[in-house]
Amino acid sequence: MKEYALMMIGAALVNNVILARFLGLCSFMGVTTRIDTAAGMGLATTFVITVSSMADWAVQNYLLAPFGLGFLRTVTFILVIASAVQFTELTVRKVSPSLFQMLGIYLPLITTNCAVLGVALLLVESRLSFLASALFAFASSLGYSLVMVIFAGLRERLALATVPRLFAGPPIGFIVASLLAMAFMGFSGISTG
Amino acid sequence: MANAYVKIARDGLWDNNGVFSMLLGMCPTMAMTTSATNGFGMGLATAAVMAASSLLVAAARNAITQEVRIPVFILIVAAMVTLVDLAMNAWMHELYKVLGLFIPLIVSNCLPLARLEAFAAKAPIVPALVDGLCMGIGFTIALTAIGAVREIAGSGTLFADASLLLGPSFRFMELRLLPADRGVLMMILPPGGFLVTGFLVVVKRLLDLRAGKEIQMSGAHAVA
Repeated sequence: MKEYALMMIGAALVNNVILARFLGLCSFMGVTTRIDTAAGMGLATTFVITVSSMADWAVQNYLLAPFGLGFLRTVTFILVIASAVQFTELTVRKVSPSLFQMLGIYLPLITTNCAVLGVALLLVESRLSFLASALFAFASSLGYSLVMVIFAGLRERLALATVPRLFAGPPIGFIVASLLAMAFMGFSGISTG
Repeated sequence: MANAYVKIARDGLWDNNGVFSMLLGMCPTMAMTTSATNGFGMGLATAAVMAASSLLVAAARNAITQEVRIPVFILIVAAMVTLVDLAMNAWMHELYKVLGLFIPLIVSNCLPLARLEAFAAKAPIVPALVDGLCMGIGFTIALTAIGAVREIAGSGTLFADASLLLGPSFRFMELRLLPADRGVLMMILPPGGFLVTGFLVVVKRLLDLRAGKEIQMSGAHAVA
């Protein structure tokens, strides 16, 4: 039990998907202009990452590995992810039409969010059990959502500040992100076993 | 006609540079630029994927219907990535070990997909190939530049281990500019990636401004 807890903390904070592993940066820069959009995106991505990681685990261990089809991994994983995204899109449209409106183009684009494929591929490398994989994926995506919301909060404040014209827009965003990444490096002191 | 190609090339290499202007493909841009050599290798792999998939999409553009185009594009890119992945594992194994996870992740890099959607799906074969190649080279230049700045500031070297990527005859490129203990470690760590990219975007805006061009304030960071 303790190992699982430490692994989850490590996946969520120490090796944060966005700030330490650099996955999912497009959505990080793209949909973090408002807190509620960022939270919605985080929620949808959490769902997709968890579901598709579990499906990818099954595909890897029951299909690709036994038949020696490792070279098809990228293609199959992206197909599994695309289906998971399609499923999420249908669910969100049904459950919360207003969130569906807000996420707009970004919902189908979760397919090309490298955090999803990245976590799935990391799991293949780490050879965890099914339960551990699911928890790792869930914790990673929680870390993703947390950073998305924090960064959206920072950018909401940033929108009110006067920024030199040359730095306006993305550059100041990067510099703020750099400071946030530095803050998250403080977590690296936590021992994760 | 030649002018059209010059425009495509200039768009890809500088005006609409995938990293500095459109802010696409940020993940490998940050993660793989801890040294100039890594950035260069990552850029080349992406350029190969982009050129090949642009060519294929342009060739098949009349057969791909509007509704299924995104899955088809992704599958074409994924197939090209698998080829590059296997080729690099076979012939550039040292570099492959460094780039690791981020080679398969070219599939979910938004830059190839954005170019396929915006250009290759509507263009004849040759311009599409030129566009894919130039965008890829522009991406390589950007990654190498970010990598160079981070490497000089962080570890004081430039193009360290270039001989692993390009062969022993390129050993002359491996420079040491600062004494080994002078590097600012932070530049190699994640925060440095964000910082250097942010400042290099400003540098590009500054150069564009000098050249009398309007700065692109938006940046198409709304895609993917």
